Amino acid sequence: MRNVRVTAAEASRADGVSPMDGVSPVDGVSPAVAGFPAVGASSAAGVSPADASQSGTLQSGTLQSGTRVAWAGGGELMFEARGLVKRYQLGEVEVLALRGVDFLLRSGEFVVLLGPSGSGKSTLLNILGGLDTPSEGFVRFRDHDLSQGDDDLLTHYRRDHVGFVFQFYNLIPSLTARENVQLVTDLAAAPMRPEEALELVGLGARLDHYPSQLSGGEQQRVAIARAIAKRPDVLLCDEPTGALDVRTGIVVLEAIERINRELGTTTAVITHNAAIAAMADRVVQLSDGRVASESRNAVKAAARDIQW
Amino acid sequence: MRALRRKLWNDLAAIRWQGLAIVMVLASGMATFVMSLTALDSLTRARSDYFRAANFASVFATLKRAPRALEPRLRAIPGVADLETRIVVPAVLDVRGLAEPATALLISVPDFSPPRVNRLHLRLGRLPTAERRGEVLVSEAFASAHRLRPGDGLRAVINGRYQPLTIVGVALSPEFVYSVRGGEMIPDDRRFGVLWMPYRDLAAAFQMDGAFNDVAATLRPSASERDTLQQLDALLLPYGGGAAYGREHQASSRFLDNELIQLRGMALLPPAIFLSVTGFLLHIVLSRLVATQREQIATLRAFGYSRGAILRHYLAFAAILIAAGAALGTAGGAWLGRELTELYARFFRFPTFTYRVDPLVVVLGAGLSSAAGFAAIWRVARRATAEPPAAAMQPAPPDRFRPSVVERMGWGRWLSPAARMLFRHLELQPWRAAMTSCGAALSLAILVLGSFSEDMIDFVMRFQFEHAHRQDVTVTFTEPSPGRAVHDLRHLPGVLAVEPFRAVPVKLRFGHRSRRLGLMGVSRQPRLFRVIDERMRPVEIPPAGVVLSAALADGLGCRAGDQLTLEVLDGARPIRVVSVAGVVRDFLDLNAYMDLDALRRLLREQETASGAFLRVDERRTDRLYSRLKALPRVASVGIRRAMLESYRRTLAENVLRMRAYNLFFACVVAIGVVYNAARVMLSERSRELATLRVLGFTRGETALMLLGELAVLIAAAIPLGCLLGYGFAALLAWSLATEVHRFPLVVRADTFAMATAVTVGAAIFAGSVVRRLLDRLDLIAVLKARD
Ligand SMILES: Nc1ncnc2c1ncn2[C@@H]1O[C@H](COP(=O)(O)OP(=O)(O)OP(=O)(O)O)[C@@H](O)[C@H]1O
Ligand SMILES: [Mg+2]
Repeated sequence: MRNVRVTAAEASRADGVSPMDGVSPVDGVSPAVAGFPAVGASSAAGVSPADASQSGTLQSGTLQSGTRVAWAGGGELMFEARGLVKRYQLGEVEVLALRGVDFLLRSGEFVVLLGPSGSGKSTLLNILGGLDTPSEGFVRFRDHDLSQGDDDLLTHYRRDHVGFVFQFYNLIPSLTARENVQLVTDLAAAPMRPEEALELVGLGARLDHYPSQLSGGEQQRVAIARAIAKRPDVLLCDEPTGALDVRTGIVVLEAIERINRELGTTTAVITHNAAIAAMADRVVQLSDGRVASESRNAVKAAARDIQW
Repeated sequence: MRALRRKLWNDLAAIRWQGLAIVMVLASGMATFVMSLTALDSLTRARSDYFRAANFASVFATLKRAPRALEPRLRAIPGVADLETRIVVPAVLDVRGLAEPATALLISVPDFSPPRVNRLHLRLGRLPTAERRGEVLVSEAFASAHRLRPGDGLRAVINGRYQPLTIVGVALSPEFVYSVRGGEMIPDDRRFGVLWMPYRDLAAAFQMDGAFNDVAATLRPSASERDTLQQLDALLLPYGGGAAYGREHQASSRFLDNELIQLRGMALLPPAIFLSVTGFLLHIVLSRLVATQREQIATLRAFGYSRGAILRHYLAFAAILIAAGAALGTAGGAWLGRELTELYARFFRFPTFTYRVDPLVVVLGAGLSSAAGFAAIWRVARRATAEPPAAAMQPAPPDRFRPSVVERMGWGRWLSPAARMLFRHLELQPWRAAMTSCGAALSLAILVLGSFSEDMIDFVMRFQFEHAHRQDVTVTFTEPSPGRAVHDLRHLPGVLAVEPFRAVPVKLRFGHRSRRLGLMGVSRQPRLFRVIDERMRPVEIPPAGVVLSAALADGLGCRAGDQLTLEVLDGARPIRVVSVAGVVRDFLDLNAYMDLDALRRLLREQETASGAFLRVDERRTDRLYSRLKALPRVASVGIRRAMLESYRRTLAENVLRMRAYNLFFACVVAIGVVYNAARVMLSERSRELATLRVLGFTRGETALMLLGELAVLIAAAIPLGCLLGYGFAALLAWSLATEVHRFPLVVRADTFAMATAVTVGAAIFAGSVVRRLLDRLDLIAVLKARD
């Protein structure tokens, strides 16, 4: 398996386009160095929403490894959700977690979902990730219909296409970092080597540590490595920094940012932290089970510049 | 406190199925305990009540013939409380509807009054009197086997002539609580009965007027049995007596004692198995409960609940399960005990055989259950409440995993992450893994044990009646008879082969130990009645010396080559020294064999025989039987096939029932252990399993990780269970061994296979229930929760 850093860069050159105004290629970045020193320049220039949508159809490519790469805001339509309703019956009371949500996600996009507690963010993300099905409405991933509850289908969908990161890491305590990642790479068709994935999140030196021997931030980065090692089409993160302090949170966000940028993995992140929204191509605000507003960032902030 | 009580019931409701499994295992232990001990108690009580009420004799003597004038002198022996003389003779009976001859023991009763010693308990009708001829009283076992009632007729063959008899009553006697033909082990109620007749009739029929040949006496409480026996012998010696014996040699009483010893031996092992499994299950379930409730406990303590209150809460949790198990077990045990008692009532005839549950047994059982249960959880409950609230609010320290032994041996490379998870988990809690394995192994062992009890009886029956005693018919003469009698048998219709034998009562003495038994003189190259070793190979009887049962040799403390004193208790009563020529391991009763000719020489007899073994042509038995019935000199006729059939009929139903109980108990244990272990694992690892599902593992793959661990434990349990089962079988065979019965340690391969299959089946069942839960695991809820 090739080094991702190179392939991503090559991909952008191979397309013959300068990689999106203001976004610098990532040549020469050494991911093995903890702390991701090379992510600086991305905030230097902005992408206007209009530009992005116009160029959207053009800018996707396929690497040898089969991973699709698409630039922010511009890929093919990956998810399409229409009129999503999620209903919970609690005895007499009916709870509507989603009340008719339309949501699109394009290849390579980095979306942040914001909203008050109980607004339906996790519900939406879980439906996109095939962990849950809507009560009403329709959701599609490429040509997979995710609205039907067939467990086998959803399991294989998750296995082949989705990487999840949760607030509480959910690592397997009996397996080392490397083995946690290997658990997933064993299932995947064209994965990275586990070591490669862990290097990508800056944990190349902690391969044989058990989760109990890692800090919270490190555990979360292992979780990210595990999520991306199979080169998923989409990375779904539900409050990935929710249990972490600021410094550690930033390191984790940097890892996510880098995955999105270098592998072109479509990314959706739920957060309560509005500051994080600055990292996104697009910010979706949910409220009371509906999409309240949507905005695009003219300029994406780098994770390490985020303050909260 | 009300909140705590509510929490108690909520906690119980949350683990209701696991709780039920624990209750069932405990109930099984309690049930087997109550069953054995109450049946033992009922049988013991029935025996002592009956023997007291019936004035059952303590000493007995048989002789050839003595004048009744001797009776006052016998009665005057110090120590004798009451004494009766009587006539006891065997006779062949002709019963309507029975082709084969039946054998009866005819016993005289006083002409116009009931016997005072060995009182008869009338079930139907009345006692016979000498006013009318031919009145008899019939033993209940025989009467019910033939549906005989007062007024019905019978014919006895007395001195070769049919003598009509009229039944006037049906009775029980303390001498025949277990009624078998002399020298046999298994009751055959259709072909063996006891008839009581007025002295005058019996004396007339056998030319015994004014004489007796049997004595039964009760003793004063202060009497010495040995002294009394010696004085009896001294008085009776001139009349062909001299071998008086106590109750322990009285056939029926001996079988009864034997049964009680065996029942006592069976009373402890099964409850011990069940209670240890119960302890284990309570321990893992409560440990898990306490682990999940750490924060709750801390919060409760922060609210001001005392440590004691919380400790009591968890103890109450266990107490409820224990109480439920003990109550259910008592009910089940009482029911099983009644069944067992009814089964005994078929073999042992008592006038009243009331089943009663002794409260003491229940209290004892409940005490043992509680002790086992609380001992298992005490430390868990203590530890749960000992932690200071502040510490308990913190998350529990993470488990310290490390590479498993398989990986340390360098095979890790070939293990998938899933397999590594499995082995590391096993090693993380080796104690629990071992106990889970042991639990499953115990279930397997219970099955092995249950099936072994069948196998061993089966083996003994085959040993005895297929390989050793192959004669179709055993004819016993009224007295040792000349060779002509045997010759006559040879010419009966359908007789294919005849083998004479000479049996004589003897006392064998070695050092200060002695045993009384019948010494068997048999053909040196027998085809019918063979002496075989435990591997069913024939043992040749040497021309001199005796061959002994191993149990007899053990009892006497002698070995092959030793010299024994042999005292003949009959006829001229010679005393000889014989050498032990060989020892054979056999299973029923104590036996001593000698070459027929050697025995005859020893007795200074020529061609005598006590009887003969016959092989007969099955197609011509009807004619043979009718001839045998009328043959003078024939005292009794034993028919192997008929006896085996009656035995099988009596046992078949019970065997099935026992098998069903065993299966039930074993499944309770296997399911209880596997289900609880799996539930606890599911609870501990739901987050991990949900994660795997999120990562794209299918339901089947995820289940495999959980159940795979159990599968490894069950796999380990199979050899362990077979070993344990074999060990228990050995223990059982050892604890059941008496001088009446010994049991071979033969566990058949298919017993192990069956036990393994059932345990694995039960485990699969429990596993599939847990798998259903796993399939329904709410991924989102699990992952949302903090650890
Ligand atoms: N299993 C369930 N049963 C009933 N109601 C549920 C269930 N799961 C979610 N809900 C309800 O649906 C609504 C949306 O829940 P969701 O978890 O999507 O919110 P969220 O936006 O992720 O909130 P948070 O920021 O607190 O995580 C909430 O009101 C919640 O109570
Ligand atoms: Mg949420």
